[in-house]
Amino acid sequence: MVIDTKIDITALRAQFPILHTEVNGKPLVYLDNGASSQKPQSVIDTISRYYEQENSNIHRGVHTLSANATAAYEEVRKKVQHFINAQHDHEVIFTSGTTGGINLVASAFGEKFVGKDDEIIITAMEHHSNIVPWQMLCERKGAKLQVIPISDEGEISLDDFSKLLSSKTKLVSVVHISNSLGTVNPVAEIIRMAHANGTPVLVDGAQAVHHMPVDVQELDCDFYAFSAHKMYGPTGVGILYGKEEYLNAMPPYQGGGDMIKTVTFERTEYNELPFKFEAGTPNIAGGMGLGAAIDFINGIGFETIMAHERQLMHYGIETLGGIKGLRQVGMAKERAGVISFLLEDVHPYDTGVILDKMGIAVRTGHHCTQPVMDRFGIPGTVRASFAVYNTKVEINKLAEGLERVVRMFS
Amino acid sequence: MTTALENTIVEREAEIIEEFALFDDWMDKYEHIISLGKELPLIDESLKSDDLLIKGCQSRVWLHAKLVDGRVVFTADSDAIITKGVISLLIRVLSGQTPQAIIDTELSFVERIGLKEHLSPTRSNGLVSMIKQMKLYALAFKAQQH
Repeated sequence: MVIDTKIDITALRAQFPILHTEVNGKPLVYLDNGASSQKPQSVIDTISRYYEQENSNIHRGVHTLSANATAAYEEVRKKVQHFINAQHDHEVIFTSGTTGGINLVASAFGEKFVGKDDEIIITAMEHHSNIVPWQMLCERKGAKLQVIPISDEGEISLDDFSKLLSSKTKLVSVVHISNSLGTVNPVAEIIRMAHANGTPVLVDGAQAVHHMPVDVQELDCDFYAFSAHKMYGPTGVGILYGKEEYLNAMPPYQGGGDMIKTVTFERTEYNELPFKFEAGTPNIAGGMGLGAAIDFINGIGFETIMAHERQLMHYGIETLGGIKGLRQVGMAKERAGVISFLLEDVHPYDTGVILDKMGIAVRTGHHCTQPVMDRFGIPGTVRASFAVYNTKVEINKLAEGLERVVRMFS
Repeated sequence: MTTALENTIVEREAEIIEEFALFDDWMDKYEHIISLGKELPLIDESLKSDDLLIKGCQSRVWLHAKLVDGRVVFTADSDAIITKGVISLLIRVLSGQTPQAIIDTELSFVERIGLKEHLSPTRSNGLVSMIKQMKLYALAFKAQQH
């Protein structure tokens, strides 16, 4: 069967108001999707409609608005459950984002399962959000952080990983797709190996969930964290998936409303999953927006998204590769979403400033992965990162912009 | 007759504003900044030490100051050329001034030549901290003089 993966890019782009604006007098070319994607009208409308017509606190009131808001919010939880194929909807915890999810695990899982001289394994390509919470935990518990090194291509070796695994390893926390190198890590293999060692695995999926279908049961990961705002949804909301057995065993993260069953001054009985981990009034509008973002992605389908983005990556790698003096940083065999590079000896900041003048938005700097930059001995990179609405024309504009940068600084 | 060294901060600012008025196109303006950045004398490698480093998230700036005949002489460097270009302008305006003049000044030229964005804290290129640091040096030298 031939699947029609053609994408009507004009119609798709028409759904994103911001893509039709100008920056510095030039039509916006938005290639900073790794930092945050733009939002389709359906997401924007969902959030507005919530505040205009549906706003009310959830899980509390008996009045109609509250009951409706609660039902709608819980519908989104089910939507997320199906989106990542979780077994139960109570394994889906609303958070403030990927960082919030990782901190939840570092705090609550760490409290229960990590002790003195235990070890946590991460990779050398982690975002600061998947380094610092573990350092803080290690500091608290007298545990040790072990780091899987990366090669010049920006890949980890499973041999190196297996050498680090031991009876001391209490958790492995790895990024699914690297935000600074674009490397797609072999997470299924990592999870299999860790499980053979009796160790659970957290996957940082911030750069993955909008690029490829993620099936947490098939991966068999124990935790999976991601953010709404990189997948066409709003900022300030994210998801932590956790296996029921771990979530039940973990103590609560934060105390407050919604996470309790009964409170007296002598004793508090905690609520059951997922509410145990959802203290306080959440970002309800954000949750609704996330639901709309999932609808948006499902409306296109991953088959189409992946086909289009694969083409973009190939075209990007080829086109940028043709620019004299351009050196790509991160040459992993499996790459997605991101092309990181340096232009001769032009500083990334200088490149970013000139591209911005041409209306081209890229990210420059260390991308919150300073250890990666240290590994390659560079101050930072220029990063072009793609979403489903990007086009080859935009990559051509980036290439023209870069040629101009080379001329200006040579 | 006043020498260039004795020009006031306001006069030097006016000079730069006039110089930049020639450019009506962003390209020309940035090419000028880039050439200023390239011309800025490199500072001695020994001065590129960590205690003189102002860490921006995007680019790094090294700033050195000394007091010569009651006037503050600044030298600075950056790893990014555009940052260096803006530094070169700041040095042109502030280097050779008295500590009091540096403390009192409210630089307006950067905004008036359309480069205000480079002094935005969100750029985190080290320039905002650099100006703050220049004023702190001036304060310290003034304290020494008394």
